[in-house]
Amino acid sequence: MDILKKSFKKSIWVFHLSAAACNNCDIEVLELLTPRYDIERFGMKLVGSPRHADALLVCGAISAHAKPRLLEVYRQTPKPCLVVLFGSCGCSSGIFRDSYSIVGPVDKILKEEDPDVKIVYIPGCPPKPEAMIEGIVMGLGAL
Amino acid sequence: MKRTIVPLGPYHPLLEEPEHFKLYVEGEKVMELDVEIGYNHRGIEKLSESKTWDQVPYLVERICGICSTSHPFAYCLAVEDLLGCKIPERAELIRVVIAELERIHSHLLWLGLAGHFIGYNTVWMWAWKYRETILEICEKLTGNRNHYAMFKPGGVRRDFNDEQIEYGLNRIEELVKPLTMLTNAILDDPVIHKRLKGVGVLSYEDAVLYSALGPTSRASGVPWDARWDEPLAGFKDLNWKIITQEDGDVFAKAVVRLLECFESISLIKQGLEKMTDGPIDARIKEVPPGEGCGRYEAPRGEVIHYVRSDGSNMPYRHKIRAPTFNNLPTFRVSCVGETIADVALITASIDPCYCCTERVGVVDECGNEKILREDDLIRLSIEKTEQIIKDLGKIPTLYSKEI
Repeated sequence: MDILKKSFKKSIWVFHLSAAACNNCDIEVLELLTPRYDIERFGMKLVGSPRHADALLVCGAISAHAKPRLLEVYRQTPKPCLVVLFGSCGCSSGIFRDSYSIVGPVDKILKEEDPDVKIVYIPGCPPKPEAMIEGIVMGLGAL
Repeated sequence: MKRTIVPLGPYHPLLEEPEHFKLYVEGEKVMELDVEIGYNHRGIEKLSESKTWDQVPYLVERICGICSTSHPFAYCLAVEDLLGCKIPERAELIRVVIAELERIHSHLLWLGLAGHFIGYNTVWMWAWKYRETILEICEKLTGNRNHYAMFKPGGVRRDFNDEQIEYGLNRIEELVKPLTMLTNAILDDPVIHKRLKGVGVLSYEDAVLYSALGPTSRASGVPWDARWDEPLAGFKDLNWKIITQEDGDVFAKAVVRLLECFESISLIKQGLEKMTDGPIDARIKEVPPGEGCGRYEAPRGEVIHYVRSDGSNMPYRHKIRAPTFNNLPTFRVSCVGETIADVALITASIDPCYCCTERVGVVDECGNEKILREDDLIRLSIEKTEQIIKDLGKIPTLYSKEI
């Protein structure tokens, strides 16, 4: 466990997952990798498999169709895993709250699956890249 | 040769949006392709019926984060069509400026992703670096990097002041030089030529047959542009031209998008310079019963919004048609016969936007998923034929059970 704590302080690898988002937060997440913001200088890196990920970046309200896939991806990540919810949709389903195909806020779904899940909320539509960086760094501090 | 199914997605590192492709391959060659979407379905058309006329623009701009101006634009045109009202000239020009800024940032975004897909990460980083300039202009002019909330039926919500106009003109002028450099670098690169030319060709006939839209059709030589076909308010007085290419391959699509960026820069400059003082809102009081249709050329193609009013403060019906809906089926022509390595690029070349497309989804009642293969379809088809023959009571002369 000490090794885990030590490694979490430094470079975390993130997996990005979009479920019924409007695409904007996804683009802003990719924006973080580009020269202007460049989160790789903090050691954060986007990886291709949830099995390599320390943190899960979830954008969007969850649709009924995407829910089983979200849970599957969450089960595949090694624990402890930080879950970062982007945008108003991720935090509270946002403007799509009343829709028939939205099955609820992401945190509720994840807490049903794993009550100990660590969640960071970054509200905004979309949140500014600076806010995203700050949120992820603060989340790491809390772990 | 044996057919293998290669699944791509729904959460695949190449795809930033969830979508599921099934590639039917023989060796390296793709023989057939199937796409399954629905992960992003949010029921926007239904939600829109519970929002007032003024609230709907906020909802429709969240259909897609990249075309977040085109959808409100088409929606406002639809409501104005219903009312038969004309909006003030200053509002028209503000709309043009915001919409063209969006076109540039969308095209640069696509260019970066295409570069990333072929392993040219430099192109990705450069394109997105210049895209930041556009986002900064947007932030200065509208207050947000994306989702500008500038549109309302009858005009725009916020006005530009002189300082903002000057800032916009200066920053957009800054962009011309690096963008020219980037365009020349891409058009001169021999590897990009080899990699993109002749890949995923969509012929003129197929483009017309599949009703491809936007840069996808313009790269095949079909000069369709909703801004031009239906002279939109604001665009008709400005100088610009439709960019077309003849080849229909991925390279032609890249060229169309790059050259359109320059057209957009010219449109923004003209719009900001021509702006005269005046009102920005036609002040719509109420919406009478009736129906209206609005068309606008989004970065990916033509967006159509249809609204019907029953005289209340909400739309009775709101129908949206996004361009990716038309462009998706062209995969069946452009992907077949290509290698797996090219499929990601070809599917990306239409700049698909599943967020826009996924407002209609069919959910199986039991939640079961049953994948019908080609054999199953043939078997089903044969069974149906046999059933008909049984009902008919005699065997037709042309029918034979052995193939």
